[in-house]
Amino acid sequence: MKARVTVTLKTGILDPQGKAIEGALKSLGVGGVASVRQGKVFDIEVDGTDRARAEAALKEAAEKLLANTVIENYRVEVLG
Amino acid sequence: MARTLKLVSGTEPSMVWHADTALPAGTDLVVIPGGFSYGDYLRCGAIAARAPIMDAVRAHAGRGGLVLGVCNGFQILCESGLLPGVLMRNAALRFICKDAYLRVERSDTPFTRGYNAGQVIRVPVAHGEGNYVADSETVTRLEGEGRVAFRYVGPDGKLDPRWNINGAINAIAGILSEGGNVLGLMPHPENHVESAIGSTDGRGLFAGLTQYLAKVA
Repeated sequence: MKARVTVTLKTGILDPQGKAIEGALKSLGVGGVASVRQGKVFDIEVDGTDRARAEAALKEAAEKLLANTVIENYRVEVLG
Repeated sequence: MARTLKLVSGTEPSMVWHADTALPAGTDLVVIPGGFSYGDYLRCGAIAARAPIMDAVRAHAGRGGLVLGVCNGFQILCESGLLPGVLMRNAALRFICKDAYLRVERSDTPFTRGYNAGQVIRVPVAHGEGNYVADSETVTRLEGEGRVAFRYVGPDGKLDPRWNINGAINAIAGILSEGGNVLGLMPHPENHVESAIGSTDGRGLFAGLTQYLAKVA
């Protein structure tokens, strides 16, 4: 099964990289960009067909390694 | 780092491989040096913090054993949960490689006993991600418990945003664990221990540790 874990910075955590990208987009003249926050996407192939089990494994992966929950939130999606 | 440990303590440190699962018998101090680990993929220190040897380091710290992490070592200690918070990208986004002034906040710890509280030392920094961040509750606790060991200051020892080189919260350069036996700091005191290099301001940390360990041995 294909799955995706998305990791984003928590609100209130400064994101200088996002700010730099935001500045670049504005200087490129891309209209309507209010702000940018940078995050990470992990596309993961999961063995088997048990969605609940896959979700539990991915949650464990996110908690143990993919996200640092001091500064980051994560979202797990099993895409099927 | 190994050279400094030998130079100041007179004892050759043992090297421990990341894939090992045990520390040498009688280990009194674990030092996780700076540099980079696993390309610093994912987050700085994130993968190294999950290396097999880290369980033994955690157990050593749990027994009250001393652990020192410098630069990437500090990042690894934060990622491993031995120290709170996280080191984020420098506020100005640039890698910083220069000398910084640090104020030693207290002298009653095994790591800082070689200094006087309030003393200003000049030591090199070399990092891209040294901007210490923690939630406000954690920062309040660190401050309340006197667990900030070093702060970025001006040469006069005063706090000044211009001298807080990486934008760290409360200009934090180094912190102690709850038990005071784990220290992490971004600057490199090990690089300023010989006058031929230009300064010996970093020596106090290692001289103090050596004295402390000789006393408790």
